[in-house]
Amino acid sequence: MADSDCVVIMGSNMAENHPVGFRFVMKAKERGATIIHVDPRFSRTSALADIHVPLRAGSDLVFLGALVNHVVLSERWGRDEFFQAYLRHYTNAATLVTSEYRDTEDLGGVFSGYDPDRRWYDPTSWRYAGQRGPSAGTGGHPSQDAMGRTEHVGQQGDIPHHDETLRDPTCVFQLLKRHFARYTPELVEDACGVPPELFLRVAEAILRNSARDRTTAFAYAVAWTQHTTGTQIIGCCALLQLLLGNIGRPGGGVLALRGHATIQGSTDIPTLYNLLPGYLPMPNATQRHGTLRDYLEQETPPKGALHALPSAVVSLLKAYYGDAATPENGFCYDLLPKIGADYSFQAMLLMMKDGAMKGLFCMGQNPAVGGQNAVLARQALANLDWLVVRDVHEIESAAFWYDAPEVRRGDVRPERIKTEVFFLPAALPGEKEGSFTNTQRLVQYHDKAIDPPGDCRSEAWFLDQLGTRLKRLYAGDTGPRGRQLAALTWDYPSQGATEDPDLDVVVREINGYTVADGRPVPGIHALADDGSTACGCWIYSGIMTEDGTNLARARRGDDRASLGWGFAWPANRRILYNRASADPSGRPWSERKRWVWWDAERGEWTGHDVPDFPRDKSPDYQPPPDATGLDAIAGDSPFINMADGKGWLFAASGLRDGPLPTHYEPIETPVANPLYPEQPHSPAAITFPRPDNRYHEMGDPRFPYVMTTYRLTEHHTAGGMSRWVPWLAELQPQGFVELSPELAAEHGIANGDWVTVSTLRGGVEARALVTPRLRPLSVGGKTVHQIGMPWHFGFGGIAQGGIANDLSALAEDPNSRIHQAKAFTCALRKGRLDEEGRGHR
Amino acid sequence: MSADGSAAPSHAAGTTGARPGAVGFLTDTTLCIGCKACEVACKQWNGLPMDDVGFTGFSYDNTVDLGATTWRHVAFVERAGDEAGVRATALAPFQSAWLMMSDVCKHCVHAGCLEACPTGAIIRTEFDTVVIQQDVCNGCGYCIPACPFGVPQLSATDRKAHKCTLCYDRLRDDLEPACAKACPTDSIQFGLIAELMPRATERVAALRERGVDGAYVYGDRAVGGTHGIDGLNAFFVLTAPPETYNLPAAPELPQDKTLPAFLSTAVAALGLCLAAVAALRGRR
Amino acid sequence: MPRRNPLKSYVGRVPNPISPQTRAAHARIRGADVTVSVCPYCAVGCSQLIYSKDGKIVDIEGNYESPINGGTLCPKGAATFGLLQSPSRVTTVKYRAPYGDRWEERPLDWAMERIAQRLKETRDATYEETDPEGRTVNRTLGIGHFGGATLDNEENYLIKKLFTAGLGIVAVENQARI
Repeated sequence: MADSDCVVIMGSNMAENHPVGFRFVMKAKERGATIIHVDPRFSRTSALADIHVPLRAGSDLVFLGALVNHVVLSERWGRDEFFQAYLRHYTNAATLVTSEYRDTEDLGGVFSGYDPDRRWYDPTSWRYAGQRGPSAGTGGHPSQDAMGRTEHVGQQGDIPHHDETLRDPTCVFQLLKRHFARYTPELVEDACGVPPELFLRVAEAILRNSARDRTTAFAYAVAWTQHTTGTQIIGCCALLQLLLGNIGRPGGGVLALRGHATIQGSTDIPTLYNLLPGYLPMPNATQRHGTLRDYLEQETPPKGALHALPSAVVSLLKAYYGDAATPENGFCYDLLPKIGADYSFQAMLLMMKDGAMKGLFCMGQNPAVGGQNAVLARQALANLDWLVVRDVHEIESAAFWYDAPEVRRGDVRPERIKTEVFFLPAALPGEKEGSFTNTQRLVQYHDKAIDPPGDCRSEAWFLDQLGTRLKRLYAGDTGPRGRQLAALTWDYPSQGATEDPDLDVVVREINGYTVADGRPVPGIHALADDGSTACGCWIYSGIMTEDGTNLARARRGDDRASLGWGFAWPANRRILYNRASADPSGRPWSERKRWVWWDAERGEWTGHDVPDFPRDKSPDYQPPPDATGLDAIAGDSPFINMADGKGWLFAASGLRDGPLPTHYEPIETPVANPLYPEQPHSPAAITFPRPDNRYHEMGDPRFPYVMTTYRLTEHHTAGGMSRWVPWLAELQPQGFVELSPELAAEHGIANGDWVTVSTLRGGVEARALVTPRLRPLSVGGKTVHQIGMPWHFGFGGIAQGGIANDLSALAEDPNSRIHQAKAFTCALRKGRLDEEGRGHR
Repeated sequence: MSADGSAAPSHAAGTTGARPGAVGFLTDTTLCIGCKACEVACKQWNGLPMDDVGFTGFSYDNTVDLGATTWRHVAFVERAGDEAGVRATALAPFQSAWLMMSDVCKHCVHAGCLEACPTGAIIRTEFDTVVIQQDVCNGCGYCIPACPFGVPQLSATDRKAHKCTLCYDRLRDDLEPACAKACPTDSIQFGLIAELMPRATERVAALRERGVDGAYVYGDRAVGGTHGIDGLNAFFVLTAPPETYNLPAAPELPQDKTLPAFLSTAVAALGLCLAAVAALRGRR
Repeated sequence: MPRRNPLKSYVGRVPNPISPQTRAAHARIRGADVTVSVCPYCAVGCSQLIYSKDGKIVDIEGNYESPINGGTLCPKGAATFGLLQSPSRVTTVKYRAPYGDRWEERPLDWAMERIAQRLKETRDATYEETDPEGRTVNRTLGIGHFGGATLDNEENYLIKKLFTAGLGIVAVENQARI
């Protein structure tokens, strides 16, 4: 990012939430880069920006769509051979789409294939022209979530049709041009409340700083993901960056700034219901996943890097079930549980509340504060038979039964709450070893300095102990329950005073090893689908060298790519798709932006980074028609995880809510959708309408204000690691809401006053921070006030405050199943909550 | 140089009375993101307890001021809207609409606190920094009014005066002070004054070139130059008048206005001597 | 050059006596053991150095060697020492019986065994070998897991392995979703 010429921070408050990451933005700025912050609030990030664009929360996609439209209409973009070469060689702009496809512009706000009764899409009509059968991976039925996973199109032998002139009305470029034609500066003014001249200033800055020798980077965080259209917002930015040639090049990209130490790692090696390690889809009983063969046939794309999926799956089964997994029994695939519905976070809350889920492990998460509709989340916890909380402080999720607002008020009495609660104190880094994967896929190891105090133990210890005890309890059980556990390899040697499992053994298992001799495999390419290798997470393969050195512990940095510091998956690459940093013939686009290039003399790719491309594949390689896997990717196609090797401007499969990004209003909004008045909300958004999770109608006069929730530098997520720490607690000691002087004046609210904010889910009180950093916006001729509220606070710890998530509702993006907390509507009044805990009157 | 940059540079601009070999801080507010890492790193290293100020409503500032247990303090000045409530979207290149400044003890070249201290607790160290020796301080509090910046304060716990030591213990082991080390954007820089002061003046020139007309160094000889402070060993690059950050525009040593402490002590001592002499004579 | 008060200048430079404490002053990390760690808060991945003496952590600072943070930390990272030493940190097992109105202290070993028993009980009561359509699923929907994204990768690996592959618990989620 320090190499960027322009940095657009949107959907993120980077200076506040990633202060050390912001060093690189400051470095770019010192070198003259333009810094742009697009955000409803003027924050500490805006303070260091050159341009601040205040927009209405929930309107980001209009702004991005208008940038797309501005770019494709721009004269310079149309004639600059850099953009045109990048577009034609590296994206699917020229690919033709089936003639059955209909755009939202044709159908009043929905794409072809929409089923209004089931609120989902059949994506068959979105596929490439000439492609046989349904799009693989989705199969005309919602299957796996698209979180982080690249799905594939094209059956073996299919050659998608192209029009290199980009004039065919069914080619991707023409489709997207038409789709975004109404995303004008005037629409930006109408939907976002941003004046056209300000929009144009941003658009020109981005265009000016995207070229053969210049790059623009976008940085986003959860203010893009936490919408019902979150995946599409990010997709729209990726689309824009592909048009501008800013992907795969130094100083470019779409950077996700993630908020937890290993939130990247916990999706790579997931604790997510729908994924197995390495973004392998979790077997699903409603799919053609009945046997291992079915699953592999269904999920293995014929072309691209993911063609190696069977080796990954079989090696994973070997890692899990060891000697019990044989070719004859399908490597115990039958023992791997199958999902059949949505068991993501919000669905789980409802399963608990409704009594289907009876036991819960809560390890380092605080749903009583951090869960959306936290009132409902606490009711869910109170309806469990048992709950195990592992944390360092007595967080709200452990203390809810005696200390929650509803208990303090007397609405709920502890003697009516059946939940058996175990609080087990956890060890922290420094008291245990292990690795984190940072936001750039860099795996780093933290070593152990001391033993943890008292009963504090690592999660690894807890799991090791629990697994051993359960194996004993199920000894002799020959049913599937017993076999599942008996087959599981679970004999980690223990070490040290606390008898933690030896993590070197776990890392070796994650890396993969040869079954015969237990030696670590050298990388992904060494994995086999015949049971001769075992591997816990294929994309991490290579993290341990064959002599057992853990590269997450490598600590040799330098001022370039620092390939000797940690291990970046896959194969230690720092920039993904970095083949795109060279032109189609393999030469660097420019000296200034040199990163990876083709060394014709030696016949290999080389550069500052590990090339994300087959090392010896010549830029002029053209695949034979029957090629499979990586051999099917042409030498000028950098996006090797996609079946066609191209960056997708149009998502022919893999998304549940449309192949092109489209603006829809949040589930709760004060204004209509100016594009599609008949289709205000995302037609595929996942909602949970029920009495304990009621939504506000569009424009409900009782809830006129837009609420957005966010974090502060001084605290961390739901507060378990910050509100109890005195040095952090004193810096932001109490919950507050931020509102503009204009809105404060309307309610007679003075700075520091108590105010009550409420929704149909709940009401909270907080102190008012009246500041011109928030401002009313004029949206579609209407004044829209926005209120901001940090969501860190709760009833425990030193720094306390009303729980912002008592206000939010369960509602999700259909792709990622991430909730909507960045834009909903609320009521505001001066004064504290009344005794009944009622917010609005 | 005056705060608004309109006056001609004074002859003292960019110079300091610091001794050769003196170390200190350059706090460049144009790089500050208001994260408060300096406050925490300081408390962590020096083992200082949390203040219990509570929610102030004063922007994001909930520690309010330097004190006995807060030796780095980040001030927040909101200027996002003008008096009519109009907010700019095009911003000056560095920090204009929300000023943040990490304040600290200035380690004055001529330190009022040191001069006022009657017990010899306050010393000028081998690094040319000003340190209150806790095993000598008796909590008389004379240093408190003597500081033109209001830095030293008495602790309610041990009733002694406390302030930034510029991490004297770390300097003894060649470690940079905790705040400067932690600062993610290098807004706080530690080093030899002889290197930091030219860096500050170069920075001001570069900022002015980039359109930050109001940038200036606060803490060279021009500050308090006529009043004998002769420069601060912790100085700042600011972009608004000092008062905006709650800093005195023309800090004065109280000793300049009243009888210097040394003199009053000397006079008192002389009086005692005379009295003693008189008494001795009287015995004869 | 402004006229300087020679007397004051003289006084300012008179070295006051150096106290014993001052004479002995040194950084408390002198001679400490150093362990390389990673900040547990956000995903930037700042490298930290943990200084310890006699099994006690005395200081945590940024690591200059890191190409990411180059020795710096944000306020949360700088407070890591405060997190480990937090005065309200819980270091013993707490147990709340069903319908109880108080925490009770229990030995760790007792809690582990009780948890294993409760887990088995719920798993046995809710285990599905097949779904309503008769397809093999070998799962339980009666137990769930919410993980933090500050757990280690190795721990996440063991969670998925034990809970999902070993016990058939499919509702395994973490903060990456929320």
